[in-house]
Amino acid sequence: MFAPSVTHPIGDFVREWVPRLAEYLPASIQSDTLNSVIAFLINAVICIIAVCIVNIGSAPILIYMERKVCAHVQCRLGPMRLGWHGTIQTIADVIKMLFKEVYAPSGADKLMFYLAPLIVLIAPFIVCALIPFDKNLVVADVSMGIPLIIAVNGFGVLGILLGGWSSNNKYSLLGALRSGAQMISYEISFAMILLFVVMISGSTNLMSITMGQEGTIFDWWIFKIPVLGFIAFILFFISSTAEMNRAPFDIAEAEQELTGGYHTEYNGTPFAMFYLAEYIALITNSALATTCFLGGFFPPCIGIDAVDNVLKMVPGVVWFFAKIYFMVWCYMMVRWTFVRPRVDQLMDFEWKFLLPVNLVLLVAGAGFIVISG
Amino acid sequence: MSLSLPPGFRLERKSNTEEFFINMGPQHPSTHGALRLTLRMDGETIVELVPHFGYIHRGMEKQAESMSYLQYIALSDRQDYLTAIQNNLGVVIALEKGMNVGVPLRGEFIRVMLQELGRIASHLVFYGCFGGDLGGQTCLLFGFKEREMIHDMLEEVTGSRLTTNFFRPGGSRYDVPDTFIPRVKAFLDHMEDTMKDYERFLSKNIIVLERSIGIGVLTKEDAIAYGCSGPVLRASGVNFDVRRANPYSIYDQFDFDVPVFHNGDCYDRYKIRIAEIHESMKILRQCVEKFPTEGPWRSKEKPVRLPVGRYYSEIETAKGLYATYVVAATTGEKPYRIHTRGPSFPHIAALNKMVQGHKISDLVTIMATLDPVIPEIDR
Repeated sequence: MFAPSVTHPIGDFVREWVPRLAEYLPASIQSDTLNSVIAFLINAVICIIAVCIVNIGSAPILIYMERKVCAHVQCRLGPMRLGWHGTIQTIADVIKMLFKEVYAPSGADKLMFYLAPLIVLIAPFIVCALIPFDKNLVVADVSMGIPLIIAVNGFGVLGILLGGWSSNNKYSLLGALRSGAQMISYEISFAMILLFVVMISGSTNLMSITMGQEGTIFDWWIFKIPVLGFIAFILFFISSTAEMNRAPFDIAEAEQELTGGYHTEYNGTPFAMFYLAEYIALITNSALATTCFLGGFFPPCIGIDAVDNVLKMVPGVVWFFAKIYFMVWCYMMVRWTFVRPRVDQLMDFEWKFLLPVNLVLLVAGAGFIVISG
Repeated sequence: MSLSLPPGFRLERKSNTEEFFINMGPQHPSTHGALRLTLRMDGETIVELVPHFGYIHRGMEKQAESMSYLQYIALSDRQDYLTAIQNNLGVVIALEKGMNVGVPLRGEFIRVMLQELGRIASHLVFYGCFGGDLGGQTCLLFGFKEREMIHDMLEEVTGSRLTTNFFRPGGSRYDVPDTFIPRVKAFLDHMEDTMKDYERFLSKNIIVLERSIGIGVLTKEDAIAYGCSGPVLRASGVNFDVRRANPYSIYDQFDFDVPVFHNGDCYDRYKIRIAEIHESMKILRQCVEKFPTEGPWRSKEKPVRLPVGRYYSEIETAKGLYATYVVAATTGEKPYRIHTRGPSFPHIAALNKMVQGHKISDLVTIMATLDPVIPEIDR
């Protein structure tokens, strides 16, 4: 079994320098415990800042990208006025949204109403902390990565249910209930696919899942197991789309039916947080797909040394983000080309098609491992 | 338990679950205007629906009593704004019956061509809204893209894009420019290709099929009983098209089919409109070929004064039967009363029959396939 040997250059740097700087402190309070606590805290702050930058920094890019992709699918130009090709349009929108008055509808449960958008944000942030962006770039390299991701993904539905229920609006409640049913159902398939990946890679640690795909493009899990890997990837794509509440599975929002669903009553910053959560979830799900199927931060080598050496000169984190944005583009193309199924059809699809297929896939994957040793 | 039902709800309470009421509109994204629907829901299932009208009532028929006949033509634009050019013709034909004037051949061709262009434009809006209401926002833009080309042509001919106010007793306000016919020809060639794409986008899409087949079935008997007309009626299996049944203008000179479907569900109502776009294009092709390059485009101008009497006209707009009933009590420029029979009102009346037992998402689909325009209901 492959054991990851991950070093954290920044973390080691902090751990090395804190004791040296601590020598300038009064001798009475110097101790190894204090040093390690301080080093841990500094590292934690650096990690939090890094996750925030990756998440919050990519949201405006994604929103701009979504508008442009959507516009070009629909034979339009999209934002063009503010900045070159409307590049700073999103920033203007964010500023507008942040300066709006925040208010809750009368009869709303105020505490829950303002808590819901925060809860929605928790899941994607935690998942983001587990993703290995490069060989040395991972915030939390936990050994039980995949089970943790499956566990925290449930937070999202909690936030949506709370938001819809506390809004004191029937449309919000309908949207929240739909969303609750949908996300809980699709979480099962989502977990099943991740378990398939765990089974074929033999590890629940995201770093070792990635390291197991080192080599050429045919060592990625999507291609390494003939046919099955590709089917698993497609299934992951479908169930993660439903998990994120994105069209065509956006029955929770369903603008044409429920006027916005669970976030009908939200405005200003709380609404911005729901919006942000949607796009961060897009990033983390794409990152998860990249890690589990598309070889993580490894370049797409094709087995020819001349080409591979050039590809390997590009840092892994660049490859990682290139793959993430490719996945994001796929999600967006799907969003703007499909119509939305009805709520009962969506549930039928999950329980009568997706889940049985997943179970068969899991068995087939086990069979493949047994045969190939 | 019927003691506390809101006004309009009639059904006896059957289920043991807690029912609740939802107010959909008048500001709702998919009620196609200021229509208010009150829904009695059992979970996500609709038990009963009561529509409420009148949010943009402008009293057009009352206004008409103090207007001259010509002014009412402009008001007819503001009824069904998607088929404005067709409404114009409806009013004008009634006036022509009173004035007893004819229209020269070139004028009739102009009429028919603009009618069919208007029909395609209206059906394209339907295509867009149908896709959009199902959740495919891209369809909305696709439908409006080609409609824009029609509106450009209408702008060139009539001077305005939406509220055309174009036809007059004895012809129309202006002649068409020389560029009109080549432009229509180019549009038709473009449209042939585009329609293939559009049909591929929705007609065979599995989600669209799942969501529209068997949804909102309107039986033949119900469709007739409620007074439905146009594509909604023909989708329920009744072969009635005013252009064929009671030809006005020169529709009897053209070779076209009246598409009829028999299931009466949302998918048939969608398919029939696509088929009608093709039929309209067929008529337009014949018009382009036969269009008289010479000759007058309107008869000699006469003051619009109707003798005492009652005059009735009915035409087939994109939405259905549009009838105008003019009562002239005195010979003069003003009517005693003008009544308009619009197609959308009976369709909304039949809505309750169609949505019962369906989900709230289906209501949106059914509404989209009825293709109502609320200003025409309220008037």
